[in-house]
Formats: sequence, structure tokens, C-alpha cells
Amino acid sequence: MSRSQILSKIRETTDNLKEKAAYPDYDTSVMHSAVKLTEPDLWKSFSANFKAVNGRAMDCVAQLIEFLDGNNQRTGYCDPDLFDSIGSQLVAAGLTVETSYDRDRYDDYQFGITRATGAIAESGSLIIDDFKTSQRLAALSPWVHVGVLKKDEILRTIPDAITAFGDAPNIIWCTGPSKTADVEGILIEGVHGPGEQIALLV
Amino acid sequence: MPQLIDTYAREISDEKQHSVIDGSTKGTDKRYSVLFNDYEDPDSLRKLAGAIKDHTLHHLDEYLEKSEKALTDRGVNVHFASSDEDARQTILSILRQHEVTQLTKSKSMAAEEIHLNPFLIENGIDCLESDLGEFIIQLDGDEPSHIVKPIIHKNRRGIAETFLREGIAPDYNDDPETITRRARVHLREKYMTAEACITGANFVCSDTGRLALVTNEGNSRFGMAPNKLHIALVGIEKIIPKERDLSVFLNLLGRSATGQQLTVYTEFINGPKSENQPDGPEHMHVVFMDNGRTDVLASNCREILRCIRCSACQNVCPVYRQASGHAYRSVYGGPIGAVLSPILFGKRFPELADLPKASSLCGACNEVCPVDIPIPDLLLRLRDKAKREEVPSEGAIPMSPFATLATSPSLWRTAMTMSKAMNHLPIQVAPIKPLQDWLGQRSLPESHGGDFRKWLKERRG
Repeated sequence: MSRSQILSKIRETTDNLKEKAAYPDYDTSVMHSAVKLTEPDLWKSFSANFKAVNGRAMDCVAQLIEFLDGNNQRTGYCDPDLFDSIGSQLVAAGLTVETSYDRDRYDDYQFGITRATGAIAESGSLIIDDFKTSQRLAALSPWVHVGVLKKDEILRTIPDAITAFGDAPNIIWCTGPSKTADVEGILIEGVHGPGEQIALLV
Repeated sequence: MPQLIDTYAREISDEKQHSVIDGSTKGTDKRYSVLFNDYEDPDSLRKLAGAIKDHTLHHLDEYLEKSEKALTDRGVNVHFASSDEDARQTILSILRQHEVTQLTKSKSMAAEEIHLNPFLIENGIDCLESDLGEFIIQLDGDEPSHIVKPIIHKNRRGIAETFLREGIAPDYNDDPETITRRARVHLREKYMTAEACITGANFVCSDTGRLALVTNEGNSRFGMAPNKLHIALVGIEKIIPKERDLSVFLNLLGRSATGQQLTVYTEFINGPKSENQPDGPEHMHVVFMDNGRTDVLASNCREILRCIRCSACQNVCPVYRQASGHAYRSVYGGPIGAVLSPILFGKRFPELADLPKASSLCGACNEVCPVDIPIPDLLLRLRDKAKREEVPSEGAIPMSPFATLATSPSLWRTAMTMSKAMNHLPIQVAPIKPLQDWLGQRSLPESHGGDFRKWLKERRG
């Protein structure tokens, strides 16, 4: 009943408008921020913009191991598909890596390594969907999230990333670590999600 | 009788006022530098956004039906709610149907508007706010005073006391990082045991039904990740025609709200768990709510429905900064609230008719608005409405004696000549209440007894 009531109330107004505004003709490229895309290399642009939102861009597993080790983040989850290429190197370096995520122990994982679907160079965002990342919680509950990325998956602009939605029912762009400024406007990272957001290029 | 906005502003504590001024000023500065750093002509972008919204509102019936179809085709249950009560009952019945007793809720102005939280709690459902600011508001039984920064009026000491009092923290600690960590521990336990997650939506794209949802904390993402049911409560004005339009609105929303290009988590959802989506809720419901929006659409203030709830107008408004959001006696404070609140909830017009008057019409709100809402014009239209409907102006000084004086040249001349005598009279202590009220806010310059009139007359001759 509400449905027909709402629609008929809208029509009472819209049918009597003297003039209805047309859909404006515009090119989405007007929304690009040119200053954020000065590097021709998309990984370089992405890295600079990701760093600006306090993300960490890394291009080799050794760098990741050094970071995790140095910050005493020694136990975590790794997507089974990434175990051979990444997880095994972590194990070899003495870290503990699990390839299944047990939600009852959500607080035990200090890091989570999952597959990113892509990235946006202009905004420094990691794109995650459920096709490639089947464990949402593994990208959320650990203090460190590592999104694994290939170079050809980096998109240039936000409009490009929107065009690439396809038919994935759930997509999330992560632009830096989870944060808040609710208390007196002071920036604090790691509110509910990760306090460290890492993009690892493979 | 609740306090009028100007009385509230006069009596606000210094501490609260400083919190609001600091928070809102920072917001404005950041927004300004980011927009002008990133774009050569940001003004043209907000005009474009306004035009897209206007087009949508003028064809809202079509876009609403399209959104409904797109969502239904993707396995989403779509509901419609005419009133606040309809929306509350619809949500309650979905929750009952799924036997939900415990849920988390991410920040939603639509839910604030219908006071969903207390309603669900009264009905035996444990409903927890998961945005840090809203969580603190809930613990305190307070009301948000800003659209984006709900606890802009609070400081760390008050929050630390709340956490101690409510058992969230074992001791008093007002370090903002410690406060945040304690909330993190408390809330993630709740996410994991909750059976549903209620969210709002920032935009709905009518071509694919995709909901766009932005947070910085990741609370909506965490709320939805572990459980089976997602309910989104959406005002019907949140619809935009196409996904491509998101590039306009997302770029403007983050920058206008918090000076970010994008908020940390920008989530796009148009369906429940499926073959395509192995994780996430199994059931998704969208409730499209009217609650006065069609009345606003029919009014001469329909431009206000373009609003994307960024709070830039609150941050920049000199009246909001001095008075705080609570002075507006509604969930929407500041310039947006001064227009929206009196007309959105139907019968609140005479009651809130003082809000449109609490403005100097400086125009800053229009200048920062990412969808170019002519807020000062709308304030004037509402003042006019009050005049036409003969709504008495509570607390205002009667202007009719002045009107008589100003429309009669001979009376005016006499008064001018006489006024010189006032320089020598102690009018500051005259026992006339309206005069005292008026003088309480300004000082009268020395009278020259109509020198200007004389000068002009002689010049003409």
C-alpha cells in the first residue's frame, strides 16, 4: 500500500511540473583529479596516492616479511591460492601462516593476506570483491591487511573503476586503514578494521 | 515549550561551544583546500551534481520503480514505507521473521530520523550502534549534533567517563587512542554474535540497484561480514540515475564531508550471497522510506531533496558554530536542518518555524554545497510561509509601531528631530521590555536628529 501511495504522491508533483530538468550531458572524465595522476606508471601513481592515505605499497614479499617481523605481527591468515607464492615464504621466515580462517578465533590473526581484485591509481584504493576474496573477515579482523595485486589490475581513475563493476554483487574500495576522527577531531587508525593496509604487488 | 534556537545558543556552555567551533572550522578548512587542490574549477562540478539530482527528483517515480526492479531481479526484497511508523514496523517484522534478537547498526540519518534504535530496543531487540560516535551517543542517551561528526559537542573527558560508567573500560583513560581501542574490542565481539546488520545508503543507482555505502571506520563492512541478514533503510531521495553518476557524487561527498577524496570504505552492494558472492549476508532487504519527502517534493523547497548529507553547510555556518546542532531541535541541525526539519516531518512546521529565521543569510551554505542547494532562498521561502500562515514569531519584538512610524513622513520627521533628545536620556534603563531585549544585543549609535534628511533635501533643491 505504501508503494502505490508514494508513487502516486510523487506523480502528483512531477506530472504538474512546468519543466522537467533533463539529464545533463557530461563526460565522467571531468571528475578526474589530474594532480593525482602525474606519473605515467600506474603502480607509481597508485603507490603515491596510497601512501598519502597512510597505506603501505610494497613490491616484494621480502619487504612484507620485514614489516611483519619488525612489528611483531607473526601469526596470520593467507588465502590458500596465495600460499605457494607468498605464504610459504613467510613460513620459511619463521612466521605462522594458516590457510583457513576460523571465525571463532577472529582475534588470533594478526595479519590477513587476501587477493585484491584491483586498485585505483587516482585515489589509492584497493578493490576487493567476493569473486577473488572469499573471506571478508580475513581482510577485516586482523590488524594488518595485505591486498595482493597484479600490475595489470590497476585502474587509472574512479570512473574507470565504476565501469569495471561488472555484475559483482559486492565490491568494496579500501582507501587506507580503517580510521576515525570522532573524538575531538583527532585521527586514530584501526577502529574496527585494519590499522595497517598494505598493497603487495606480485 | 522547548527552547528557541537563539535562547539555546545564548545559554550553551563555553566548553561545548568551543568543541563545536573547533570541529566545524577544521571541516571547512580541509574541504576548501582539498577541492581547490584537486580541481581547477570545483564550482562547475557541484553545479553538475545539482543538475543530476534535479533531473532525478523530477523523474523520481520512474527512477524509484527502476531501482525496485533492478534490486528485485538480483534477489533483494524491496519494501516501501510511507511514514516513520511504517518504516519501523516493516523493519521490526523483517527482524521477527528472521528471529533476530541482536544486531549492529551503522550510522544512518534516515534511522535517526525515525528513532529506530530506541524503538527496536523497546521491542526486545538488542540494537547496537557501531559507528564510534553514535556508539557513544547511544551510551549517553544523547542525540547526535552533527551529520558526519555526531559527537562534535563532546570532549575526551566526557567520553572517558562514559566508558568507565558503562563498563566498557576498566578505568578512566581519556587518551583518544585508548578510547578507540577499547571500543574496537567491545564492538567486534558484538559484530560476531549479531544476527543482522542495519545500514543506510548514501546512493542507490537505479540502473543496477547498486547501493553505495561509505564509512571511514569499516563498521558497516564488519557488521555485514559475519551475519546472515542485511537491511538497508533508504530515503527515496537517495536515488541517482546511473552508476556512472557515482563518479560525480562520491568525489564530491568525501571531499565536502571530511576533506577526503574517498572515505576509507566505499562499499557497493546489490544483492545477497549468491554463486557470484560466496561471502556475506544470505538475505538482503531494502526499505525505501518517504516520511515526508513527497511533501517536500510538492513544496516550493524541493531543492533541499538534492542533499547528500555531507555536513559542509553545518561546518561553515556561523549560526551553527555558535549554537551547535542541538539548538535545532531535530536530528538535522545547521542550514540543512533549518530548511529540512520544519517541512520534512509534516506537522512540525509551526513548531520549528523559528529555525529559518536563525540565519544572517550570508550565503556561505550555498557556496559550499556540493549539490548547489540555494539554501538562503529556501530559508526566505520558509520565512514567507510563516508570514502567510501567520505563525507568531516567538520572542521577537513587535515591529508594528516601527511600521507606522516608517510609513508616515510627518511622524518620521518629528521622530527624527526628537531623537536627538535621546542622546541625553538614560534609555538603557527605561523599563520597557522589548526595548531592553533589543538593546541587550546591540548598542545604539548617537542620534544626529535627521541631519541626513536635511542634507539631502537641501542638495536636491
